[in-house]
Amino acid sequence: MAALSTQPHSHGAVVPVASRAEHFTSYDVDAFEVPGGREEIWRFTPLKRLAGLHSGAAATGSAAVEVNAPEGVTVETVGRDDDRLGKAGVPGDRVAAQAYSSFSDATIVTLPGDAKSEPATVTVTGPGAGAVAYGHIQVKASQFAEGTVILDFRGSGAYAENVEFLVADGAHLTVIAIHDWADDAVHVSQHHMKLGRDATLRHTVVTLGGDVVRVTPVVQYAGRGGDAELFGLYFADAGQHQEHRPFIDHAQPNCRSNVVYKGALQGDGAHAVWIGDVLIRVAAEGTETFELNRNLILTDGARADSVPNLEIETGEIEGAGHASATGRFDDEQLFYLQARGIPEEQARRLVVRGFFQELIAKIAVPEVRERLEAAIEAELEAVGA
Amino acid sequence: MATLEIKDLHVSVVSEDAPKEILKGVDLTIKAGETHAIMGPNGSGKSTLSYAIAGHPKYTITSGTVTLDGEDVLEMSVDERARAGLFLAMQYPVEVPGVSMSNFLRTAATAVRGEAPNLRHWVKEVKGAMADLDIDPAFAERSVNEGFSGGEKKRHEILQLGLLQPKIAILDETDSGLDVDALRVVSEGVNRYKANGEVGVMLITHYTRILKYIQPDFVHVFAGGRIVESGGRELADVLESEGYVKYTGSKEAATLS
Ligand SMILES: Nc1ncnc2c1ncn2[C@@H]1O[C@H](COP(=O)(O)OP(=O)(O)OP(=O)(O)O)[C@@H](O)[C@H]1O
Ligand SMILES: [Mg+2]
Repeated sequence: MAALSTQPHSHGAVVPVASRAEHFTSYDVDAFEVPGGREEIWRFTPLKRLAGLHSGAAATGSAAVEVNAPEGVTVETVGRDDDRLGKAGVPGDRVAAQAYSSFSDATIVTLPGDAKSEPATVTVTGPGAGAVAYGHIQVKASQFAEGTVILDFRGSGAYAENVEFLVADGAHLTVIAIHDWADDAVHVSQHHMKLGRDATLRHTVVTLGGDVVRVTPVVQYAGRGGDAELFGLYFADAGQHQEHRPFIDHAQPNCRSNVVYKGALQGDGAHAVWIGDVLIRVAAEGTETFELNRNLILTDGARADSVPNLEIETGEIEGAGHASATGRFDDEQLFYLQARGIPEEQARRLVVRGFFQELIAKIAVPEVRERLEAAIEAELEAVGA
Repeated sequence: MATLEIKDLHVSVVSEDAPKEILKGVDLTIKAGETHAIMGPNGSGKSTLSYAIAGHPKYTITSGTVTLDGEDVLEMSVDERARAGLFLAMQYPVEVPGVSMSNFLRTAATAVRGEAPNLRHWVKEVKGAMADLDIDPAFAERSVNEGFSGGEKKRHEILQLGLLQPKIAILDETDSGLDVDALRVVSEGVNRYKANGEVGVMLITHYTRILKYIQPDFVHVFAGGRIVESGGRELADVLESEGYVKYTGSKEAATLS
């Protein structure tokens, strides 16, 4: 947004210190050291507030998973030994591995092939205040499937999980993950996305509630022509830590990715972290990628860290770019609107809504769109903006 | 009958921690029915005058008064001034991403008129006003001023002028950056606005060319942060031939040679 004044913020080097290609992954929690907080992938996360998810906390409860599935979409609850699980990716940090090692049963939602399905909603309710739970969900879009899956996270407690998205050849999957947790909730999640040949995935993360929410969406391509769009929309209030770490691993030729995350922050100690990694491997000729993060700081005391990393191992690409900006509320925009008679409070709302508009407009499910608009409205009212 | 009265206005701007005085005692009264052209060289403080009247937070009034029909304008917030009947067509209109022109116009009209305009009438009204200014209807769904050319921004300022129908309009270099056709279209828009009501216009300009389309009743020469000479239309003709040299000591033309 041109009107945002760019101000200093932690803007990492374009090429990271250690290549993302060497990033360690394992299904086994014991293969990871307990993080101390200095590690590159943990340095922004308030470990003390993770309720031990990173240091071996045992499950003391479970999260309720409820699926509202339309006709044609199948829902199964399976044991941890089901051999269809774990196909979309390998846990990339200790909490994801802990979740993988600890969940007792998993939910598999399958969209039928060569058909268009109505939206399915998966509602996950936390284990309750003070309790710890681990979970696993797999969403599978069969060949040439077309449909939407909404993940709706609510409730209290600490919850770590892996969510798999298997998008088969030619399938079109839309995912909207809404983190609307209660104030105390701690949620650490890795989303593993695997796109088949000519598959399309539109993945939107919305983070509103919770004490600490850390989401790591990872995209891998299994064939040519995959197209991934990753959108994020977050609103951090006083004391909230919201961390989003999208990683796009381009290892196949002629694939595309587009990452756009936008967040607003307000209140003392509101903290947003965005680490956007894109790796274009030698084989990924003809890649086209762009990533963008914008933060809008509404009040003093809020902080945004934004680090885009773009690593390119082949010269044969279509295009690659990144951008990141953190800005304060733009007084010129406010002045302009007020100079047309619009009261200050209403003018502020227009500007913030405008900031999110391009992302909200892309949400094709009207109920979800309305819910988001209402949530943003409520956030703004809370601070009297 | 609306009257804007500016008395001995001194305005400073805070730049690099030291306040700098830009307006050094401006006196001007604009009554409904009148058009005042304010002409002055670059940097003389014309935009500062318009921003100060509109209430831009960057400018500090150090002394003087501004009243609209006897009401203290300087006591009002920016939006209150607009609702009281002041309008500023800006030299550099601001882009507001994600807010559609149609939403913006309706929100502004609702605020200024005190109630939401009847939807059916409103749609017609906006369509007509856009057509009058040769604005493509597609602009209604674009974000406010975002990616508009300089001339498109100016047309939209005049569009707002027509829809909001203020008591006093301040037009800050609305003519700059317009080609001949656009200048005519925009000037006609201003003249329509004037013909529609008992309104006053402060027309800020550097060049005389817009005065061929909009007849000023008064011409004021603005230099060094104040009005240094006032007269009628004939003063513009003098500026046209002699430029601002008499007022600034440096050669600056009032025409595009
Ligand atoms: N925010 C600011 N900070 C510092 N100086 C400023 C600021 N705003 C205006 N000025 C200075 O005040 C003086 C008057 O500026 P202003 O924009 O009012 O002039 P103007 O007559 O409108 O000029 P132009 O014909 O170029 O539009 C200039 O010297 C300008 O640099
Ligand atoms: Mg100016």
